Amino acid sequence: MIRFLAKRIAQAAIVLLLVSVIVFVLLHLLPGGPARAILGIQATPDSIAHFNHQQGYDRSLPEQYVQYLGRLLSGDLGESYKLNQTVASLLGERLPKTALLAGLSIVLAAVLAVPLGILQAVRRGKAADYVLTGIAFLAYATPVFFLGLVLILVFSQQLQFFPAEAPQADTLGGVLAEPRALVLPVVTTALGIIAAFSRYMRSAVLDNLGEEYVRTARAKGQSHARIMARHVLRNALIPLATLLGLYLPTLFSGTLVVESMFNYPGMGLLFWNAAQGSDFPVLLGVTLIVGVATVLGSLITDIAYAVLDPRIRSVT
Amino acid sequence: MTTTALDATQPEAALATPSLARRTLTVFARNKLALTGALVLLGLLAFCFLGPLIHPTDQIHTDLTQASLAPGGAHPLGTTDLGYDLLGRLMYGGQTSLEVGLAAGLLATLFGTVYGAVAGYFGGWVDAAMMRVTDAALAIPALFLLVVVAAIVTPSKPVLILIIASVAWLSPARLIRGEALALRSRDYIHAMRLMGGGGGRAVFRHIVPNAIGTVIVNATFQIADAILYVAYLSFLGLSIPPPAADWGSMLSAGITYTQVGYWWLIFPPGIAIVLVVAAFNFIGDGLRDAFDVRLTKN
Repeated sequence: MIRFLAKRIAQAAIVLLLVSVIVFVLLHLLPGGPARAILGIQATPDSIAHFNHQQGYDRSLPEQYVQYLGRLLSGDLGESYKLNQTVASLLGERLPKTALLAGLSIVLAAVLAVPLGILQAVRRGKAADYVLTGIAFLAYATPVFFLGLVLILVFSQQLQFFPAEAPQADTLGGVLAEPRALVLPVVTTALGIIAAFSRYMRSAVLDNLGEEYVRTARAKGQSHARIMARHVLRNALIPLATLLGLYLPTLFSGTLVVESMFNYPGMGLLFWNAAQGSDFPVLLGVTLIVGVATVLGSLITDIAYAVLDPRIRSVT
Repeated sequence: MTTTALDATQPEAALATPSLARRTLTVFARNKLALTGALVLLGLLAFCFLGPLIHPTDQIHTDLTQASLAPGGAHPLGTTDLGYDLLGRLMYGGQTSLEVGLAAGLLATLFGTVYGAVAGYFGGWVDAAMMRVTDAALAIPALFLLVVVAAIVTPSKPVLILIIASVAWLSPARLIRGEALALRSRDYIHAMRLMGGGGGRAVFRHIVPNAIGTVIVNATFQIADAILYVAYLSFLGLSIPPPAADWGSMLSAGITYTQVGYWWLIFPPGIAIVLVVAAFNFIGDGLRDAFDVRLTKN
C-alpha cells in the first residue's frame, strides 16, 4: 500500500510539473510575447527590450522556466492587467464560489443518477430503459449554454419561478442565502453530469450482473434484492467514486459556461472576462489552478479507490 | 444459440464465421436508436449541403430592410437581426459545424490512435513519458485550453480544426494505449517479433487493426465532442469571425434577443446541435454494442 501511494504521488508530482510546463509554453505563445501583452501595441522596441530585461524574458527558456516555477511555488501567479489585483487574490475570492456551485451540482447529479442507472440496468431493453437512454443521450448532447437558455426562457421568463441571475453576494453565506437564485445555475451544471453518471451506472450494473459471483450468489438461492445490494451495487459504486475525479474537468468547463451565462461571480466568470479582455495572467493563472485541482482530485480518488478496492493496488 | 449453430441442416452456417464487419452491421441494424441516429445524421447532412440548392439565400451581405422578421412567407424560419434568412443560415452554419467537427474529430482520432498504439506497444519508459504528457494535458479541461489558444490566435476554419484536434486527441490516445498494452503480449505479436517484425509493423499491422472497434467507436464520440467544442468556442465568441457562421455563433447572436421574444433565433440552431451530437452518440453507442462481443453473448 505504501509503495502504491508513493508511486501514485510521484506520478502526480510529475504531471503537475508538466502542467506548469504547458502553461509556461502557452505564456510564450502569446502574440509578441508577454511584453507586448502587458505594454500594449503602442510599446516601442526599446521599452519592450527594457521590460524583457527587467522581467528576465531575455534569458534562455530553461532559465526562465526555473524562475517561473520559483515564483509559482511562492504563490505568485502574476498580476491582472485589467483588475489591478494579483491573480492569487482574485482566485482566493472566486475559487470558493466555483467550488460551491460545482459541489452542489455533483451532489445533485449523484443523488439522481444512481437510482436512474440502476433502474435502466434492471429494466434493460424495456420501455423505461429506452426512454431514459433517449433522455440521457439528449441531455448529454445538449450544450450547457443551450440548456441554460431554455431553462431561463421557461422557468425565469415564462413561469417566473427562479431568477435568471445567480446570487451576487460576496460571501459564501450570502450566496447560500439566496437558494432560489442558485437553482437554475446548479441544475444547468448538473444535467449533463446526471446523464453521464446514469449511463455509467447502467453499464456498471450490467457488467456486474454478468459476473461469476452474481451467478454463484443466484445459484446459492439469494434473493434478487440481496444480490443487487450486496454484490452488484457495491461493486458498481466504487468506480463511480473514481468517475467523480475524472469528471472534474467537465465540471470546471460547465461552471465556466454557466457562470458566464448566469453572471455568477466565480472563477469561470473571471476566466471568461479575462478571455474577452486578453487578460493573459488571469487566463493562465486560472488554467494552471484548474489543472492542479484536477490532478489533485484524481490523486485523491485513486487513493480512495485503492483503499476501497484492494485489487487495484496489485494491478497498478 | 449453440443449437442453431450446430444444426446439421445448416452445415455451412456452422463452419463459416461471419466477418467482423458483417456481424457488426447486423447487430448495429438491430439497434433502433443507432439506426435512428444514422438516419438523422444523413438527413442533417442533406439539409446542410443539398438544402441551399432548393432554398438559395445570401449569407454574406446583410439586408437591414429584412431584419428580425418572424417566421413566415419567404423566410420559413424568420430572419436575423442583420437580415440573414435563418433557414438558409442554419444550412450555411451547419456546413461549418459539421465540416470542422468531422475534420477535427477524425484528425484527433488518427493522431491519438497512433500515439496511443506506440506508447502501449513499446511500454516501459517510452509509455511512461508519453502518457505523462497526455495526463498533464488532460488535467487542464479542454474548454479552458481551447479558450486560451483561441484568445491567442484568431481562428479560421483550418486553424479551428487544428486547435480542436490539438486538444481532442488526448482521450483516444489514452484509450488505444490501454488496448495496445493488452494486445502486445498476445501470441501473434510474439510470433511476429520472432520472425523479425519491427515496432512499426506491430503498431500498424497488428495493434491498430485489432483495436479497430475501439478506434471507430471512439471516432464517433470524438466527432460529437468536436462539434460541441466548435459550438462552445463560437458561443463564447472565440470562433471564426462574421460573416462566417456556425450553429454556436448563431445561438450566441440570438441570446441578445431572448428578452424581446425572438425565439426563432435560439431554438433552430440549438436543436440542430442537439440532433447532430445525439445522432453521433447513438451511432457510437450502437457500434460499441456491435463490437462488444461480451455484450452480444448475453
